[in-house]
Amino acid sequence: MSVLAAATIATTMAACGGDDDSGGGGGGGGGTAEDNEATDPGMTEDSVLIGAHYPLTGPAAPGYSEIPTGVQAYFDFVNANGGVYDRQIEWEYLDDGYNPTNTGQVVNQLVLEDEIFAMMGGLGTPTHNAALDLLNSEGVPDLFVASGSSLWDNPEENPYTFGWQTDYESEGKIIGQYIAENLPDAKVGLFLQDDDFGEDGERGVRQYLDDEQIVEVQTYTSGNTDLGAQITALQQSGADFVIGFNTPIYTALSQLTALRLNYTPEWFVSNVGSDPQLVGSLLERFSSGAVTGTSLLEGVYTTDYLPTVDEVDNPWVQLFQRVWDESGQEGELTNFRIYGMSQAYTMVQALQAAGRNPTRDDLVAALEEAGGDFQGPALAPFRYSSDRHAGISGMSVSRIGANGSAEELTPVLVTDVGDAEIEEYDGEETTPPESGIPDEEAIG
Amino acid sequence: MSDLQTPAGAPGAASDDAPSTATAAANASSAAAGGGGRSFLPKTTLLRHLLVLALCAVGAVLLLEGTERSTNDQISRIAFYAIAAGGLTLLTGLNGQISLGHGALMAVGAYTTALLLDVEDGEPLPLAVIFLIAVAITAVVGALVGVAAARLHGPYLAGATLALAVGVPGLTLYFSDTLGGEQGINVRAPRAPDWFVDAIEAISGERGQGTKWLAYIAVVSLLITYFLLANLMRSRIGRTWRAVRDQEVAAELAGISLGSWRVLAFVVSAAAAGLAGAVLAIVVRLTAPGSFLPVLSLSLLTAIVIGGLGSLFGALLGSILLVFLPEWARDFGLEVLDMESAQASQAAFVIYGLLLVATMLFAPAGLVGTVRLALLRRRAARAAARADGG
Amino acid sequence: MEEFLSLTLGGVVSGSVYAAFALALVLIWRSTRIVNFAQGSMAAATTFIAVAVIDSGQSYWVGLVVALLAGLVLGAVIERVVIRPVEGGPELNAVIVTLGLFIAIQGAVALIFGVDQRAFVPPFSNIGYEVREGFTLLSLSPNTIWTVGAVLVTMVLLIALFRFTRLGLAMRASAFGQEVARLLGVRVGRMLTLGWALAALVGALAGMLIAGDVSFISPNFMDQLIVFGFVAAVLGGLDSPIGAVVGGLLLGLALSYVRGYLDDSLLGMAALVILVVVLLVRPGGLFSTTPARRA
Repeated sequence: MSVLAAATIATTMAACGGDDDSGGGGGGGGGTAEDNEATDPGMTEDSVLIGAHYPLTGPAAPGYSEIPTGVQAYFDFVNANGGVYDRQIEWEYLDDGYNPTNTGQVVNQLVLEDEIFAMMGGLGTPTHNAALDLLNSEGVPDLFVASGSSLWDNPEENPYTFGWQTDYESEGKIIGQYIAENLPDAKVGLFLQDDDFGEDGERGVRQYLDDEQIVEVQTYTSGNTDLGAQITALQQSGADFVIGFNTPIYTALSQLTALRLNYTPEWFVSNVGSDPQLVGSLLERFSSGAVTGTSLLEGVYTTDYLPTVDEVDNPWVQLFQRVWDESGQEGELTNFRIYGMSQAYTMVQALQAAGRNPTRDDLVAALEEAGGDFQGPALAPFRYSSDRHAGISGMSVSRIGANGSAEELTPVLVTDVGDAEIEEYDGEETTPPESGIPDEEAIG
Repeated sequence: MSDLQTPAGAPGAASDDAPSTATAAANASSAAAGGGGRSFLPKTTLLRHLLVLALCAVGAVLLLEGTERSTNDQISRIAFYAIAAGGLTLLTGLNGQISLGHGALMAVGAYTTALLLDVEDGEPLPLAVIFLIAVAITAVVGALVGVAAARLHGPYLAGATLALAVGVPGLTLYFSDTLGGEQGINVRAPRAPDWFVDAIEAISGERGQGTKWLAYIAVVSLLITYFLLANLMRSRIGRTWRAVRDQEVAAELAGISLGSWRVLAFVVSAAAAGLAGAVLAIVVRLTAPGSFLPVLSLSLLTAIVIGGLGSLFGALLGSILLVFLPEWARDFGLEVLDMESAQASQAAFVIYGLLLVATMLFAPAGLVGTVRLALLRRRAARAAARADGG
Repeated sequence: MEEFLSLTLGGVVSGSVYAAFALALVLIWRSTRIVNFAQGSMAAATTFIAVAVIDSGQSYWVGLVVALLAGLVLGAVIERVVIRPVEGGPELNAVIVTLGLFIAIQGAVALIFGVDQRAFVPPFSNIGYEVREGFTLLSLSPNTIWTVGAVLVTMVLLIALFRFTRLGLAMRASAFGQEVARLLGVRVGRMLTLGWALAALVGALAGMLIAGDVSFISPNFMDQLIVFGFVAAVLGGLDSPIGAVVGGLLLGLALSYVRGYLDDSLLGMAALVILVVVLLVRPGGLFSTTPARRA
């Protein structure tokens, strides 16, 4: 890795956060390891500490607990190639069990005790919501929240928080439009997680489907595994097409409950809950082998904003496969690990753009200034700017085929929250750099 | 006729003269308070408590300024546990009524605070006013619970209040439009006033915002609560509660209305729980049902039983345990036994449970009560020896 | 009408599990005047043991037998070791001891088996019977029939034990009057231990049945059930096995209607309201003949 930007060495970084100079305009770009300085907590001469919270146990753990191992693999890969500005990226993640109360405590520990430089990829809408105030009042960059809630795109109130994945409202709009155009006769039932995740999705869907077409709305709370009442209600309403904004475990549970009720609607499961490998293995486990593999999922509609593990010819997937194999961790490459590596890739881009000796505020400034142009594995560009902190702007609709492979039904569609139009994305497909490591120029 | 707190010597008591009831600490403390005998302390209870309050306040400032911010945060957590445990120890220790529903009462205080702080436009009410409203509303809820509870005892009361602890979190899901459902309500505590920031700057040169400011709010709330509770427990009212607990029939014959005194105890105890909830809301910066599971109520009970029923100091010790034990247990499990962190954090509950059982079997007076009893006994023995000698 | 039918059947199924749980509480209350708040944790522990047995390749039925035996042993050991010292003492002490056990056992289960939810596959299919085209009753499946049947058989066996055997008679005598029973040569201590062991066995059965009904178990999956079982037992008067069963069924129906017509999240609150109303209006239970017991 080579950084060839002109050398202006930053020397004016304040040690305590919050009040760095505006004139310096961020860290210097070039220089050597000798020029490295400790800036804010977590950023030392030779390391930078990044933290996050994930559900490693509990009902949301299956699948999601693989994400940080993907992040680890990619950071290891970067570290083995010299790190970022000769700093090793240290990665510390803690378990919150998908319980917002735990998240508050865990993030407290990361920020106050372990002193992370930035948070990256904190997972979950209700959970991360509990950490928002602490991170923003302490001035800790809160990058790439692993959730598509619109909460993360509010730079005025939460200047340190950035979204990453396509937001649920945009996803709902794309799903709604697809059904309105291609399945106008479907009687639609909604199956929603009882929080912003479900609400944002519903808001998007309702922009394209009217109240007559949506015949029933049912919600569940995470942790309650008895879906008998909800699925019965969907069945009784006559819904023959169910859209689910739910986590993977609830895809499996709703499928199994429907099976017990002899209820066979078509399903559209939003990106979050649709991973075929994971849901397939959950189904197999929950039914003790009575349901095998992805058979129940064949024909289920879903959406994508990242390449998936079954696309073996995709250069990004090939890169991630190589990174995963080199990391020597247990298990196979999965879509969740691809997700983690993709986030880690964006993180490395952000650290590069922030310059050699960035403060926390410099990192945020770099992302606002350069983040909108980052090229990575995502199918559509980020929406980062000084007044937007929203992530990937679009996705494509696909349908799960035999063996969990996906069949693309639409090109990549880009849109935004509110009444923004849905348009076909006209950009080119990106390919990873030769080295597998991004090479962003430092801003300023 | 209730067999509440029959003072008969149960098997397992240390010796004949040691009370075997769980509320022995309360008896012991009242005995100690009545005993006087230390001349350097002011004579009246109020003055003595004021002196202790002042000393504690100075100690608290030294402690908060002498420690890291992460420790400040732990102190805030100890404070809200201790406030609730103080109220509970008054109810259970002094008045003999068990409650497994104090976690639910804390939820009332916490949600009130969160809702009052969460205003769309303009400034929310001053924090002190919000806290008082939270206390008042929780006290009203406590009165309702207390009216029902006054007619129940022992296992019936335990079961009913446990049902309260299990039922209340569900309400936050049912009224999710107002109460935020599973993800709860984010709490943004008001920023520290300038005089506070300047004062902290002058004392230790640190930043008086965020965690530090919240820690001061928590500690001040704790000191005020304990000052008020201590005076109440030493007053006529406290003595009446003890009479209601120990001598039901005698108290009733003396014209004391058992029911209304029990309700009063519940109201005072609920008020403390409400304040504890309010402090929890701003310290945790979130009120969500996950914070108010039945296990919170059981933890509070653990704190007061281990510390010694009826003793405020015991409640404080127990609360310190509630904050530090899980961390020690988790570290032990992680590092020594090589467990997953979520699994290791369960070790604390095993220890809580075993401590509860062991306390009841071997030292029903708890930490403070057992030490006090030992001191009293030694003093009595010395006095007896002196009498013999003279 | 269809919904009402479905909710009623669902209420009977869950009610029979509450009944089994209430029965366990009543057995202990009768013999030692203690409400065993640890019952839920104990049942969770035995269910997890059964799951470990089933995971090791044994059949459900081996798992069930192991769970029941584990319950029997656990109940006896707990009575002997930690309950005996507080029996007959201040009731607050006994309550706190059972609460301590509640916390400790639940923690131990999580420590040993992990905190993750585990799938629990019932012995019979839980695919509902199709009553008519397009209408399937989830609460009428081979597994729900097994659940209700198992509770009924247990109840009959218990009645037979107490009515028709010398052992049952001795247990009733010990519960009724310890001094008198002792004078009559009944080994009261042993009977109390047996009472706890039997109760824990019934609790273990309830744990297995509810696990099959909800399909998922975690160390705290019985938390709500301890409250529901307690409410059911109080409905029936806390003293009467028959009362416990009727109380369980009534509570099951009531909660099923709450779940169907109001919301899931109100179950706990509904149980609380029912409990408080019963305690204040008929403290002796729905079937008590005396107007009120001084509470």
